[in-house]
Amino acid sequence: MTSNQTEATGVSTGRTEEITSGFPEAGPPRFDSIDAVRTGLAGVDYLADDGISGVVYLADRLAKPVLVEGPAGTGKTELAKSVARLTGSRLIRLQCYEGLDESKALYEWNYKKQLLRIQADSGQSWDELEDDIFSEEFLLTRPLLEAIKSPDPVVLLIDEVDRVELETEALLLEILSEYQVSIPELGTVRAKQIPLVFLTSNNTRELSEALKRRCLYLHIDYPQLERERAIIETRVPGISQALADQVARIVRSIRSLDLKKAPSVSETLDWARTLVVLGVESIDAEQAKDTLHILLKYRSDIDRASKELAGLDTSG
Amino acid sequence: MLDLLTGFVGELRAAGIPVSLSEHLDAAETLRHVPLEDREAIKYTLGASLVKSSTHWPAYETAFEIYFSLRGPGYAIAGDDEDEDGDEAGGSEKDDDGSSLPGKGGRKGKGQGGGGGEGMTPEELADMLYKALLSANSSMIQAVARQAVNRYGGMEAGRPVGGTYYLYRTLRNLDLDKVMDRLVEQARKATGAANEDAAHDPAGPEVTLTPLEERLLRDEYQARIDQLRKEIESEIRRRLVADRGSEALAKSIRKPLPEDIDVMHATKDELVALRKSLAPLSRKLAVRLARKRRHGRKGPLDFRATVRSSLSTGGVPVDPKFRYPRPSKPEIIVIADISGSVASFARFTLHLVHAISSQFSKVRSFVFIDGIDEVTRFFDGVDDPAEAVHRINTEADVVWVDGHSDYGHALTVFWERWGEEINPRSSVLLLGDARNNYHASGSWVIKEIRARARHVYWLNPEPRAYWDSGDSIVGEYANYCDEVVECRTLRQLERFVGELA
Repeated sequence: MTSNQTEATGVSTGRTEEITSGFPEAGPPRFDSIDAVRTGLAGVDYLADDGISGVVYLADRLAKPVLVEGPAGTGKTELAKSVARLTGSRLIRLQCYEGLDESKALYEWNYKKQLLRIQADSGQSWDELEDDIFSEEFLLTRPLLEAIKSPDPVVLLIDEVDRVELETEALLLEILSEYQVSIPELGTVRAKQIPLVFLTSNNTRELSEALKRRCLYLHIDYPQLERERAIIETRVPGISQALADQVARIVRSIRSLDLKKAPSVSETLDWARTLVVLGVESIDAEQAKDTLHILLKYRSDIDRASKELAGLDTSG
Repeated sequence: MLDLLTGFVGELRAAGIPVSLSEHLDAAETLRHVPLEDREAIKYTLGASLVKSSTHWPAYETAFEIYFSLRGPGYAIAGDDEDEDGDEAGGSEKDDDGSSLPGKGGRKGKGQGGGGGEGMTPEELADMLYKALLSANSSMIQAVARQAVNRYGGMEAGRPVGGTYYLYRTLRNLDLDKVMDRLVEQARKATGAANEDAAHDPAGPEVTLTPLEERLLRDEYQARIDQLRKEIESEIRRRLVADRGSEALAKSIRKPLPEDIDVMHATKDELVALRKSLAPLSRKLAVRLARKRRHGRKGPLDFRATVRSSLSTGGVPVDPKFRYPRPSKPEIIVIADISGSVASFARFTLHLVHAISSQFSKVRSFVFIDGIDEVTRFFDGVDDPAEAVHRINTEADVVWVDGHSDYGHALTVFWERWGEEINPRSSVLLLGDARNNYHASGSWVIKEIRARARHVYWLNPEPRAYWDSGDSIVGEYANYCDEVVECRTLRQLERFVGELA
């Protein structure tokens, strides 16, 4: 039993290198053109700009994963969800955290079942038995392997990849570049279809070169005024155009201040929803001040912003 | 196209963006899938495979604008006597590239042709600028940018310059601050008028420009003016490309990446960029160092804990316990020159050291010009180092006689007042260019400090070639330091601080 265990956990070092035939068949392209991506995403309430739609289109054509970086709350995770909705694929999500290992990310042998199998039938020779207990029946698939094995189209979201340790990143490399997983006891599991892969990162640390090299890079920043206004209008039901415009403009002004944490898109949406619920038609300085705590999460930021908005300091 | 791409990648590498071979291949592959006539799409998709960090994006964008610029007769640099021709061509070119609003562009072209015998007069141009900004019509803003460059840029063919001078000249003549005031004034009047209308109808709501609204308006106009500035910049760049070709221009216009900017000679904009990249940098550094600590090897056997845990296994020490190694957290004493040119460097270093102060057992900072003052108190209980650094500039008492650097006096005073507190666990960092205005060096203090402290480092923000030239006496201090480090960019600074902790 212990010998099995060591074998199974030694997977990453003992990678079998019979991988020359390479790539799985690329399916038919999911999108016709960049514009098709944009309109498609708009159809599922995600407003993409030139950069986003271009990169998503390219990710499909080149069959490459996308590394999405940007400040918190600008719609990185939402992008993956929206693409899944758009293409009608299943979304498989791997939330990264410190201490994530391959038994949580890739696969794990089902020891208890293996043990039962060995105890239940002792008539077999050891060789047969070994073949038997290292078959797919005893394999517990985890998100990455699952995305590879799925016969249906899949969008794989590897969320907050910057949270895992540098060493754990290496787990992802094989799946990202070859779309396959090597299991020493079983051989190589190749993808039946190429999943669209999104990795998100909040940029708390530098990702390794090896990982970056395998991905397309997309940086999502706070949106421009027009786009933010449009986002508010699509995402907040029942908001008037005038109010959406005002919200977007106030948020832009606040972002131009030197704050600890600039308001994100999701916070902007929360704020807009609050204003709608409160029945506000047009924001004045007083109301803005009273509801700022939805937009900003630091005491000093709130003080600063309300002071600026009240016009005590018009120099800036 | 492939040649162009190769040249482009070469330029990116020269600008300091690491582009690997496989990324280059991806970029080439990209061109097969993206329609070549869609310039924006090309820009973003190429960027997706070539640039892997958001801080590199501005450098990439500049290089892209140069290598994949719009070319045409309209962008040739017109001499003074051909002003009119230049205008005409500019007008018709507008139709051709039909960027956003072809109809509008066409009308504009005619307008220019009719209006300009000698090009436009300054008044007309100012008027047009004003209207463009008021209406936020992007094609109109483009046209204004083109006209302004024609009129004020004074560009001469064949000069090997980067275009900053042209930009400066154009902007000075346009006097955007005044335009801004005029716009706000206009808006005020407009609401005033609306107010009067409302006055006829007593039930109507009172409309005034509240401070909030004024603020929003101001930001709105500011955004438009920024757009104009960008247009002018790219207009100038386009003409330069047409004049001198991509490669020559790329060399003179290349922007350093934020982490490679020379702190001492950074422009105002660059300093802003630096300040922005400092926060994530210090956060990353802190994460990395904390991780290093945690993954360090285990300490010696902890006998007590082992016996305690063996009780649960009947006295057999199955699971030996080890002591966690005591992280050797050095005590840091920063002594920084904050006079004139080295001030910004000192500020960045103080900021960085305090931002990761959790990695040190203690951080004390002193700043001096010719007097010296302890500034540790400014960092106490402040969660944002930037704020503290700001207070140092205004509140620290660092001038003794005349406010010119005097290392000798500052060091002597330091030794008298705080010398006792240096102990074998402290590392002393001295920041400065050691330009002492020919005062006494006071290097004996460094020698004394060296005898007491664990390490003494000197960080010099000047390039190594300038050391010991003029009144720089860094060589004399170097005799007593463990190491003198050239520290001109954030990258170098980060590396040094990382090794220190």
